[in-house]
Amino acid sequence: MMELVCPAGTPAALRAAVEAGAHAVYCGFNDETNARNFPGLNFNREEMAEGVAHAHARGAKVLVAINTFPRAGDQGLWHRAVADAGAAGADAVILADIGLLAHAAEKHPGLRLHLSVQAAAANPDAINLYAESFGVKRVVLPRVLTVDEIAAINREIDVETEVFVFGGLCVMAEGRCALSSYATGKSPNMNGVCSPASHVAYAEVNGAQEARLGEFLIHRTPKGATAPYPTLCKGCFSSPDAKGNDQVGHIFEDPASLDATHLIPALQKAGVSALKIEGRQRSRAYVAQVVRAFRAAVEAADRGLPMPESLLAKLTEGQASTTGAYAKIWR
Amino acid sequence: MDLTVGPNAFFWTPDNLRAFYAGLAETPVARVVIGEWVCSKRLPFWQDEIPGAVAALQAAGKEVAVTSLALITLKRERKQTDDLVAMGLPVEVNDLSALRHIPEGTPFWVGPMVNVYNEGTLMWLARRGATRVCLPPELPLSAIAALAKAGSEAGVAVEVWAHGRAPLAISGRCYHARLTDRAKDSCQFVCADDPDGRDVDTLDGRAFLSVNGVQTLARAVTTAAHQIAALREAGVAALRLSPHTGNFAAVAAAYAESLGSSAGQGEALVAELKRLMPGAEFCDGFLRGEVGRSLSGASAA
Repeated sequence: MMELVCPAGTPAALRAAVEAGAHAVYCGFNDETNARNFPGLNFNREEMAEGVAHAHARGAKVLVAINTFPRAGDQGLWHRAVADAGAAGADAVILADIGLLAHAAEKHPGLRLHLSVQAAAANPDAINLYAESFGVKRVVLPRVLTVDEIAAINREIDVETEVFVFGGLCVMAEGRCALSSYATGKSPNMNGVCSPASHVAYAEVNGAQEARLGEFLIHRTPKGATAPYPTLCKGCFSSPDAKGNDQVGHIFEDPASLDATHLIPALQKAGVSALKIEGRQRSRAYVAQVVRAFRAAVEAADRGLPMPESLLAKLTEGQASTTGAYAKIWR
Repeated sequence: MDLTVGPNAFFWTPDNLRAFYAGLAETPVARVVIGEWVCSKRLPFWQDEIPGAVAALQAAGKEVAVTSLALITLKRERKQTDDLVAMGLPVEVNDLSALRHIPEGTPFWVGPMVNVYNEGTLMWLARRGATRVCLPPELPLSAIAALAKAGSEAGVAVEVWAHGRAPLAISGRCYHARLTDRAKDSCQFVCADDPDGRDVDTLDGRAFLSVNGVQTLARAVTTAAHQIAALREAGVAALRLSPHTGNFAAVAAAYAESLGSSAGQGEALVAELKRLMPGAEFCDGFLRGEVGRSLSGASAA
């Protein structure tokens, strides 16, 4: 059966995910070493050790994401995070930075290394480079590949692959995006945040709701309509064509979330080892619901049964969903 | 400190490229990186220009390297990377996987699309044979200084993105094609219509971003005009200038003049850049660890 890797932003979410059938949970320390460095989220050292013990007692694994890029002149914070994850009994650490991978491989040879999606290893050469240089055992694939391309990659590599199947969707190659820091000064790579809430402002202007990120207007919605969170790449913008006519719309991506449920059998056939659910910032109730649904889906796929069709429609709560880059037409 | 001209990001015609590199040969830049780093579909349309441009630049005493793509996914693109290595020039790695195509022990350069954020990564690349690294554009001066110091100890020249619309993101999806209701595979090369990228504005009319095929660029033109003295002090080996239309040779000459003069010439350089690039907005926020779009100095207004 494919491994189901589930998000845990808090100890409560970790317990909920394990209870709901997660094979593995991923989480991070409460500092800028991980790419979901949000206020009130993540684990201190004691909580991490307790979380690992709780999961292990119930047969689930814990993967610790240390997937931002260490700051020059201050790499110690990241080195300590790797050491502490190992000491807490983590089953693997999820890393993105070459220097941190080299450090972990040298100083913690017994610690299993996964390559974060933030490393954006998008072809067999990159994956084999990480595998040979650092002994990486699993690669989380960037969301720029089709299912056929994933299958082709798996034929050329010896390590496991993990892919996202549900939740928030980056439309850019992950770990290679500075849109957020261009608008706010804070980036996924350096600060573990994208379009951070600290820089979001909502206002009512001439009967419309406006959502800004820093100084930049990202969404304008009619009063009373649901105003989406102003994630930069899901914003509504204007672009003049060659004749000077403005084209207005979601130039990069609609405010949709990823749902690849019906592709699970194809991903299994493509040789994917693990399926990942995005959402460490989500509530434990959401996590429990999604994990339960996906556990049923991977079990069905394992038995060659069709995917439970209506299972996840209610989880996207009316928001549009997409299969993203997994379908070639998305490009 | 000297000047490097990076690879052109845009889809220009062979005639325009030929004229651009002929002009560049006459400028006081030390080195040039040439090649396609944004979209592999473009390369067949202009690759015949590369040998002539390389010869002209080398004849003018410039060091020349050839860039890899910034995002390599297709088999054809991996094959293209082998072809680059066969050219016999230093390869500038802009997708880490290009390293697998460079024979062990062969010196190479590292471009701004590779995540070199810290000394650990720089040292690992140095051990693999990196001799020159252009840092990612979002790095602040504090990190640049630490990396320039580590680089000088390891024999790696450190470069900084100093002029041009900064590359902010790369995607599997082509936004130029999407804007014309096409998919990437049937794009009909619409990106050729926008030789400096296609404008993206906010709904209240603020200039924001620029799309260039699968790449998203800052709309404002980065300039390190106000940081030249600080970068020199930090031990940075070269400023990287990224090609744009207009009188780019004059832009390069303006930077060269600033390098040769004493500190405090930032305002004069920005004024000259505004004259050479009418309508352009400028920024240097990344270098100061601030909002990337922002600009320091009296010229900020």
